[in-house]
Amino acid sequence: MTDLIELFLRSAFVDNLALAYFLGMCTFLAVSKNVKTAIGLGIAVIVVQAITVPVNQLILNLFLKEGSLFLPKYNLEFLSLICFIGVIAAMVQILEMTLDKFFPSLYNTLGIFLPLITVNCAILGGTLFMQQRDYAFVESVVFGVGGGFGWALAIIGLAGIREKLKYSDIPHGLRGLGITFIIVGLMALGFQAFLGI
Amino acid sequence: MSSKTSAKDLVLDPIFNNNPIALQILGICSALAVTTKLSTSLTMSFAVIAVTACSSAAVALIKDRIPSSIRIIVQMTIIASFVILVDQVLKAYAFQLSKELSVFVGLIITNCIVMGRAEGFAMKNSVSDSFFDGLGNGLGYSIILMVVGFFRELFGSGTLFGFTVFTKQSAGGWYEPNGLMLLSPSAFFIIGIFIWVLRTWKPEQVEEA
Repeated sequence: MTDLIELFLRSAFVDNLALAYFLGMCTFLAVSKNVKTAIGLGIAVIVVQAITVPVNQLILNLFLKEGSLFLPKYNLEFLSLICFIGVIAAMVQILEMTLDKFFPSLYNTLGIFLPLITVNCAILGGTLFMQQRDYAFVESVVFGVGGGFGWALAIIGLAGIREKLKYSDIPHGLRGLGITFIIVGLMALGFQAFLGI
Repeated sequence: MSSKTSAKDLVLDPIFNNNPIALQILGICSALAVTTKLSTSLTMSFAVIAVTACSSAAVALIKDRIPSSIRIIVQMTIIASFVILVDQVLKAYAFQLSKELSVFVGLIITNCIVMGRAEGFAMKNSVSDSFFDGLGNGLGYSIILMVVGFFRELFGSGTLFGFTVFTKQSAGGWYEPNGLMLLSPSAFFIIGIFIWVLRTWKPEQVEEA
């Protein structure tokens, strides 16, 4: 149990997908202009991450690996990339339809972010780290939720800072993207400090 | 872009004038973690150039046959196939490097540059134009990768491509390596400063925030 809590904290803070591994940077920088949309996207990432990482874990262990349950004779691991991206695209689509049907109000807030998530490197990155580190099923659930949570935390924090940034006097050439990078760098420093825990 | 633009413009334009990273905020995702050393940055650059150029050309080749409702999936599949190809080649001929790049080769799939060029350019242009456009954008991405890799390796470990430039104190020299350069924050700072320099040089790129 303590292992799992540690894994959660590690994946959320020290190994933060956005700040330590630079994953999901495109959306991270593009959609962090105000806090409200950042929260929406953050929640969407947590949900999708929590579903896709375990599902891909199952697919990897049941079908693709050598000695797997259903196709033990073949080592199909070279196909893993194409399978993972397919699963992610399909999961996002299913999630979108489910939300639309059963939780229309939630769909209205999250809806526009869901297609963006298919091409979010944080999602595929989470899956690939799961493959590389050989997580078991329960670990993969915890890692998915933790990684998503850390990413959400980082984007909401950045959005908060950028909202205040409007009032500051920034050197001309550094305005916009330049200063954002420097802030993200400073945030990354802050998150690295959790290494001590 | 009109069809009159020459291949040279298509290749050179994205390097400084319309840099995918500095101006379009694309494709920063998977790249920066590999820039602690120049050799990995170079490998990553070649991988991305190859994938962007080939997948743009492939998408342009079949663009008239792709129904628009499933185009994203089709593009993804094409890109993923090229990435698998690159990944397998790296594993076969440069195993050590592919170990160091770990998951980041796979992440080229979700690199927004590849996707962005396929969707934004290759769907509307001819095969050869798309190929050169992909090549140029790959190069624009590479130049940032190489700059960041250069500074991080030089100041972080005092070497370039693994050859000692500054002799470290631990080896009897004078240079005390800056450990921060090997951690992720430094990459953000270097890109921030790179953008600052680029925009001071070309003021029309400044955003009115």
